[in-house]
Amino acid sequence: MAKRPSWQIGPTRRDVLATLLGVPVALAAGCSRKPPPLPEGRIVGASAGIGHRLRDGLRPQPAEGAWQERAVVIVGGGIAGLSAAWRLLLAGFDDFVLLELEPRPGGTSGSGASDVSAYPWGAHYLPVPMRENRALVRLLREMNVIEGEDKDGEPVVGEQYLIRDQKERIFHRDAWHPCEEPYLHAGESGEDIAQRKRFDAEVDSWVNFRDGKGRRAFAIPIARGSDDATVTALDRLSMADWMRRKGLTSPRLRWMVDYACRDDYGATAEDVSAWAGLFYFAARKRKAHGDSQPFMAWPEGNGRIVRHFAERLRSSGKELLRLGLAVSEVGPVERAGKPGVEVIACDHEGRQVIGYRAERVIFAAPQFVAPYAIRSLPRERIALASSFDYSVWMVANLELKDRPAGPFLAWDNILYESPSLGYVVATHQTGTDYGPTVLTYYYPLTAGSARAARTTLLGTGWEEWAEVALADLGRAHDDIHSLVERLDVMRWGHAMPRPKPGTVWGSERPKAAQPYRNVSFAHSDLSGVGIMEEAFYQGVRAAEEVLAAHGVKSATIL
Amino acid sequence: MNRSFFLFLNVLIIATCGLVYELLAGTAASYLLGDTVFQFSTVIGVYLFAMGVGSWLSRFIDKQLAWVFVEVELAVALLGGLASPIFFLGHAYLSFFQVVLYAVVFLIGTLVGLEIPLLMRILEGTIEFKDLVSRVLAFDYVGALIASLAFPMLLLPSLGIMRTSLAIGIVNALVGLWATWLLRPQIKGSVTALRARAILVIVLLGVGIVFSNRLILFAEEGIYADPVVFTRTTPYQRIVVTRGTGGVFRLYLNGHLQFNSVDEYRYHEALVHPAMAAVVSPKRVLVLGGGDGLALREVLRHPNVESVTLVDLDPGMTRLSDRYPPLGQLNEQAYHDAKVRVVNEDAYIWVQKAPPDGRPFDVILIDFPDPHSYALGKLYTTHFYRLLKRHLTRDGAIAVQCTSPFMAPKTFWCIVKTLEASGYRVKPYHVAVPSFFGVWGFSLAKREEDELKVPERVPRDLRRPDGTPVRLRFLNDDALKAMFVFPEDMQLPADEKVEVNRLDNQVVVQYHEAEWKRYVR
Ligand SMILES: Cc1cc2nc3c(=O)[nH]c(=O)nc-3n(C[C@H](O)[C@H](O)[C@H](O)COP(=O)(O)OP(=O)(O)OC[C@H]3O[C@@H](n4cnc5c(N)ncnc54)[C@H](O)[C@@H]3O)c2cc1C
Repeated sequence: MAKRPSWQIGPTRRDVLATLLGVPVALAAGCSRKPPPLPEGRIVGASAGIGHRLRDGLRPQPAEGAWQERAVVIVGGGIAGLSAAWRLLLAGFDDFVLLELEPRPGGTSGSGASDVSAYPWGAHYLPVPMRENRALVRLLREMNVIEGEDKDGEPVVGEQYLIRDQKERIFHRDAWHPCEEPYLHAGESGEDIAQRKRFDAEVDSWVNFRDGKGRRAFAIPIARGSDDATVTALDRLSMADWMRRKGLTSPRLRWMVDYACRDDYGATAEDVSAWAGLFYFAARKRKAHGDSQPFMAWPEGNGRIVRHFAERLRSSGKELLRLGLAVSEVGPVERAGKPGVEVIACDHEGRQVIGYRAERVIFAAPQFVAPYAIRSLPRERIALASSFDYSVWMVANLELKDRPAGPFLAWDNILYESPSLGYVVATHQTGTDYGPTVLTYYYPLTAGSARAARTTLLGTGWEEWAEVALADLGRAHDDIHSLVERLDVMRWGHAMPRPKPGTVWGSERPKAAQPYRNVSFAHSDLSGVGIMEEAFYQGVRAAEEVLAAHGVKSATIL
Repeated sequence: MNRSFFLFLNVLIIATCGLVYELLAGTAASYLLGDTVFQFSTVIGVYLFAMGVGSWLSRFIDKQLAWVFVEVELAVALLGGLASPIFFLGHAYLSFFQVVLYAVVFLIGTLVGLEIPLLMRILEGTIEFKDLVSRVLAFDYVGALIASLAFPMLLLPSLGIMRTSLAIGIVNALVGLWATWLLRPQIKGSVTALRARAILVIVLLGVGIVFSNRLILFAEEGIYADPVVFTRTTPYQRIVVTRGTGGVFRLYLNGHLQFNSVDEYRYHEALVHPAMAAVVSPKRVLVLGGGDGLALREVLRHPNVESVTLVDLDPGMTRLSDRYPPLGQLNEQAYHDAKVRVVNEDAYIWVQKAPPDGRPFDVILIDFPDPHSYALGKLYTTHFYRLLKRHLTRDGAIAVQCTSPFMAPKTFWCIVKTLEASGYRVKPYHVAVPSFFGVWGFSLAKREEDELKVPERVPRDLRRPDGTPVRLRFLNDDALKAMFVFPEDMQLPADEKVEVNRLDNQVVVQYHEAEWKRYVR
């Protein structure tokens, strides 16, 4: 990169740090007279630019000869869109094309790579599915990640895919504490311990819960769980309110629950429903008093799953996956008395414009895009789409020339006093324990409304985000500046659906998942909870909906 | 007391310091390079010769004798004071260490050789010549006696080699400073600059002593029983060699003892020969870990072996025998054998690849440090042992070092159980290695579809690489059989359960930590 003006210590820099990391960190950073020079790096991801142009009315039209025919067009190549494509191929159906805006597939499960390691840009782990999640078990078997099943029929995952010890640790008051879950034991009081036990008992009572139809309170996919009123009532209050009502006030317990909500939803316990908060703890637990399902991870995070999907599409020999094409218009039409859909897509410069005449569309982009992209969407559908709220994240990947001094790096390294979630170590799962590595630093912007957070996110440039990441990590690693060789930043404006009270069990979600004319919808936001399993479920569900409508016989794998 | 008495006292001190430098150099050289007699002979020889050179050179000094004398004192103080740090740092970081060693010895010798002639000339005329010669030389030899007694009995044991050097340098500089008063009448012009320089040298060496703990070289001396003679921090670990009496040395990695040269043969014979005996005519051997080359030495005693591949993470370890020659002597220059191929890579990463030339190994010897960290624990997992099968021929055998079954029974039996869970038949065994807290444990393993019997005979016809026959020092047929018998106190207690070590639980690291904590630290 060319010379960059050095970022002067001034009120701006300190203000940014104070806003994003708190006053003490800003003061500490402000004390050093000359800030150390920043490493190379840039903002990655192109979607915001073209996305905003589409929102602002860019509607290019293809030339007469630029129209092609496909039975199905899939819009969006995140996990949902890719899963839909995978499901179509499973049925032997390959008359489709998947159009993805970004030059790389995967959406929020995408990944990047340096000379040293691949690394995630978003989703980085997946809990081992329970045997009931048949479709996901099937996918993971196909990937050779699941190697068989145990005597209870539960999937057995290859040891190298499970997260290797040391899995987690928390940095608190100048020391790292190993931990099993994001809970800080060091220095807890008798009252803390008692409340922690009560909380676990509450979770366990939900793990044991079965409704009249024998369904669990919290299942993955969510569609398999209970819609009993006792369960859905949890969706009407916030997780924080639920804790207060239960008298769970222990600061470190509160911190753990808050961390869980920030980790999975990018929002605090005040902003997500008690249903979502408890889902995090109860849905991944087979039995009360038992362990949670173990986590799987790869250097590139869930990018490994994306790669598998992409290879499946490529191995078909047809051009089923087209990257770097933004869908600008999805137009349901009537052609020769038959309903169909026209899809128009363009590259980022708006130079190449292509049209597809399709019978059906699987719209696997987020709902907030639907009003701009789908031609003359009725008012009630626009209202449905705008009922979804999305969390806001900054993710930085730091390429280090060597490991920070100090104890062995865990896979997940949490900073107790920080608004960030800490970092994961890309090389951990390969067993490369020495020398260069890549750290992925996660920072959900939870303060204020999502809209305000988005303004902060986009109003904060590369240098400021780099400063934030380095100052934050510097609390635990004072040698970080001398080790970072490159720092890239991803700004996720609409990272994942935010399950605020009333989202998951409100009336909008099931309605939005219904097809609109010949357009089926698939995106994790339709589940209200943005995790890989839900994106996958929505993709497979939508594909099966389309297969059925298309008259292809294929028994459900769900 | 008169001035000349003080000047004779001066002679005594100078002589003491001079001899201490010589002893320091000899000691450092034999610590660092082994072969004590050779090192002491050459150091003394060079030193005495250099003193002669110094004496001869003194004739070219005609003016300002006293001033030159003080200058010489300061130079000796500085060079002698820093001698030990120069030797140890030089040895750790330079490949032409011998050049530095003898250059420093020569320089100090030359400067010391200047001292007595200069002093004698300064004192010339104050007393009769015969008295002068007799007194100066008498004090000189008394000083030598004091040094040669104080060095081994007082200085080395209480200060260590590094601080002795710095402290004696300070004494030497004090003599120089003092001489600016004693010889004030003979010095023309101002002595302020001279005194300032003397004080600077003293402060410099004093700072050296204060920060000696910072000088990582001997920060460790307190931890280890014996003097540290070699240290090196590689990207992977800290290598430390200590040396006790009689040429005995110990190697530590990150503070954990790897071997003691006195009894390492028991460990290495036990690691290597049972597995070699369990396979019919093994030709290709793989050693994982074992960068000290001692397992290699044992492997190379089998004349039928055609190639040995050694995979060790740390080039600092596989090159140690060249940097620290006593180790090369101990492993009989195993690394210079044409059959040996060295790969510097994390064995965990290496086993994930196909075997080199696509050919698996008849015998695999696993000599990793104990699983005291997660980076090592991964090398004791079911995943690792399963991957290893790709590198093992049908009917091939594996031997694994498994820590002490007496000190750490859960760790030991966890490794055995992990091997079994990975699809191996396992025969655990143990051997007495006094330096390793008494007993050490191993496992002999073959694929579960192969037959595994306790070998009954120690391999015969063992030879050194040059063809001379060699007898094992520890193993014979009876000792071999006895190793596989487990007394009660090394069994896993019936009420103890151990889990299998996996990447995602690494119980072996926890067992190891809990069990060894009871004995060390
Ligand atoms: C920082 C972060 C960390 C996460 N960590 C985890 C985790 O550890 N585990 C986990 O399970 N989940 C995690 N998630 C949640 C993750 O979002 C889901 O796992 C999953 O990737 C969602 O997939 P999706 O297909 O539903 O949505 P998306 O990933 O949003 O995919 C939508 C796709 O549509 C494309 N698109 C949008 N508009 C257009 C258009 N007009 N034309 C063409 N294409 C378009 C987008 O580019 C995108 O590729 C994380 C998310 C983030 C942001």
